[in-house]
Amino acid sequence: MAKLAPLGAVPLGDCAVYVEFSKTLDLEVNSAVQRLATMLHGRALPWIRDVVPALGGLAIHFDPDHPALSGDALTAALNTVSDCLKEGLPKPGDVLRTVEVPVCYESEFAPDLAEVAALAKVAPEEAVQLHSTSDYRVLMIGFAPGHAYMGGLSPKLAVPRRAAPRAIVPAGSVAIANDQTVVYPYAISGGWSIIGRTPLAVFDAERQEPSLFAAGDRVRVKPISRAEFQKLVGK
Amino acid sequence: MSIQVVRPGLLMTVQDIGRHGHQHVGLCPGGAMDPLALTLANALVGNEHGAAALELTVLGPDLLFERDSLVALVGAEFEADMPINRPVLVARGSRVSISRAARGARGYLAVAGGIAVEEVLGSRSTYLPGGFGGLDGRVLKRGDLLPLAPESAKLSRERFAALKHKDKRGSSVRWSVPPLTVPDREPIVLHAIEGEHFGDFDANMQRVFFDTVWRVTPDSNRMGYRLGGPPLTRSKTDEILSGPTCLGSVQVPANGVPIALMADHQTTGGYPRIAEIASADVPRLAQIAPGGTVHFARTTLDMAAELRKDTRTRMETMLRGIAWEYGK
Repeated sequence: MAKLAPLGAVPLGDCAVYVEFSKTLDLEVNSAVQRLATMLHGRALPWIRDVVPALGGLAIHFDPDHPALSGDALTAALNTVSDCLKEGLPKPGDVLRTVEVPVCYESEFAPDLAEVAALAKVAPEEAVQLHSTSDYRVLMIGFAPGHAYMGGLSPKLAVPRRAAPRAIVPAGSVAIANDQTVVYPYAISGGWSIIGRTPLAVFDAERQEPSLFAAGDRVRVKPISRAEFQKLVGK
Repeated sequence: MSIQVVRPGLLMTVQDIGRHGHQHVGLCPGGAMDPLALTLANALVGNEHGAAALELTVLGPDLLFERDSLVALVGAEFEADMPINRPVLVARGSRVSISRAARGARGYLAVAGGIAVEEVLGSRSTYLPGGFGGLDGRVLKRGDLLPLAPESAKLSRERFAALKHKDKRGSSVRWSVPPLTVPDREPIVLHAIEGEHFGDFDANMQRVFFDTVWRVTPDSNRMGYRLGGPPLTRSKTDEILSGPTCLGSVQVPANGVPIALMADHQTTGGYPRIAEIASADVPRLAQIAPGGTVHFARTTLDMAAELRKDTRTRMETMLRGIAWEYGK
């Protein structure tokens, strides 16, 4: 790909900056943004509070009055980004993590599967097959802790968002909309079509690594039965 | 031994200065909505600035203290049967009754040694959307017992003994700290820099944004403040790629009602961001109750830095004064 260069830097108030690389979703740029974020995290600069990779760029949240800073934080943040880019980003293969997610597609966990299959003009079994054999990438984490937006859904399953969002979607619900799939970390409201459920805790604040997913992860689905689901619940 | 919640008030939670370093997995820092008031409350009882305290909202609680406790209630001007904005030694077995906030929206009740709930991801703050931190990750209710530090009674008595200028009753002092963040009058002025999508709104809409006196709507909460006024419409119709947000971002959803992002905000969002509130002004916004009014003033990053510096200078002066009263 072409050399990664920021389109610009937009101050997010006086304690953060958004460094933008693309205004549209470009998977190569997205992957580079994740690796840049990994690199920035690795620098562990005391005045940087958070590095948040998103779809087309990343935010650096900083303490503008940190004693370790000599000049202004915004300039320092942008200098750090250009240093990283000059040094060269890690290769995708060096930082790629693969997360396997067991998903049960049985009807009690998949209220919208029949509708999705009808819209896609395939049998429900084929819809499950399409969903469970795709190779996903986490494009961004947002909306709720651990809530991963994953790209790579089969175009055949690209259904629009539901007209009326559900007030409560059960935790672990696996849902799709447009060209993406998500797993709801908590019982929250949501407007995507639910086609399965994972027994895993997507976000557990008590766990060493609270979030099951990180931006940039490769995600594989493993279809499981009801019995396997019950065995894995809460693990 | 602990503090017992006899009547919980409106929305009382345990909060400290929050948990930084987890926004990349979608978890915002959270913590006290008004961290300046929290810092002062902690200083008044001799705690380090980030200790966990009770965050009170608009209507305060009745609390039963099971042991001698040095406490301070700072922030909104709550009507209470104890003096506010100063250290108070509450005797074992006493009940403290706090009613409504006459001015401001949030108060912080700090106790010597801090509220000793377990830390989760480096903070004792309650994160309501995720249901963790604080006491069982939830709003406090009647009958709850809030754990205190093991030596809190001894700590309370020792610290109170060190204070100069005691009052006649011997349970408080003859001075108080002025509220840093509670407004004298409304609308308050919020300094704001242009957001990434400011230019997506036409000149008329931009003028409306800065000319309007916005009213904080009742569905405002720790995640965001919704601002009632004339609807803001974006001239551009192209989709915005979801991007990161920040404490104090003002986003405008399709219904035209701006939302100012507060402590428990989402870390990313797909709505246009018209403005970003200067960080020094966010704690002042946290002191506006639903129905209260705000006004935006266009500012620059340099001005935002000046505002931060002013706040820091005032805070440092107060902290020095409090340390002096403790004989330090």
